[in-house]
Amino acid sequence: MQPLRYTIRMTHFTPLSALAGGALIGLSATMFWFLNGRVAGISGVFGDVVLGRAEARAPKGAFVAGMLVAALVVGMLVPASFGASPRSIFTLGIAGLFVGVGTRMGNGCTSGHGVCGISRFSLRSIIATMTFMLVAGLTVLVVDHVWRLS
Amino acid sequence: MSERNGLVMKVITAFAAGALFTVGLAISGMTKPEKVIGFLDVSGSWDASLAFVMVGAIGVHLTARRLLGSMKKPVFAHSFHAFGRTKIDAPLIGGAALFGVGWGLSGYCPGPVIASSVVSGRPALVFIAAMVLGMGAWEILQRARATDPNKDPVAPLDATPESTDA
Repeated sequence: MQPLRYTIRMTHFTPLSALAGGALIGLSATMFWFLNGRVAGISGVFGDVVLGRAEARAPKGAFVAGMLVAALVVGMLVPASFGASPRSIFTLGIAGLFVGVGTRMGNGCTSGHGVCGISRFSLRSIIATMTFMLVAGLTVLVVDHVWRLS
Repeated sequence: MSERNGLVMKVITAFAAGALFTVGLAISGMTKPEKVIGFLDVSGSWDASLAFVMVGAIGVHLTARRLLGSMKKPVFAHSFHAFGRTKIDAPLIGGAALFGVGWGLSGYCPGPVIASSVVSGRPALVFIAAMVLGMGAWEILQRARATDPNKDPVAPLDATPESTDA
């Protein structure tokens, strides 16, 4: 068997900013739950806005609008906080399809299952998070070290 | 509080929560797909940073839920979201697996890609267009199954359309 070929990446270990950013995400989820009674799961919030599923769409639409306005401001003040994906447009399109079908079928993504669900000890969310973490890791292994896809 | 003021407050606080969510994503590094892939790639030069995002987010949210757990209803809404599903079923595992493939392929999950759409342009927008297509396709399939009396739905549709995990 051929040895794995490593892709060198220029990313650094940044545990403190990761922890601080994570805390703000947790605070956002806390606000949305205790003020609005809603789960800050982005695939669900965004899906309900674009698919028109929820009867009261205005707050969810406002949540997405808040995300976009803040992104514009942060993008202007600290452009380096946004990075480009190393993958081709074609790969991103395929990935988007997988994420769209998968998050609706499995009822959540990193935020809904990974943050909100785990915080309320939901067994479904714990199992979903373990599953998508594991599969995402395996996907990177295959794509970067076996196929060497861009 | 009147019904109308309640809605206004919901919209204002939802907007603020969404803005805070993006700031959190940007500070944490989640809006850099390369870094996300570096986190998912445990075989080579593993960047463990993003595990700390989950620690921070779960730490704050879990603590807040414990402290405020006695609240009967949300401040500006009539009720908390009801979680309808409890079963560990095939759509849960299958959906999470499909999502994992897409996340690993791109380094984008829904939150960061939506935030990136107004900064990173075309790559993020192509991803989002495909994501909406995928969400819509699943939705159409679900509705078709729900109305077909000969078939059992993949996952039982709940009484209320909103009673999902997220």
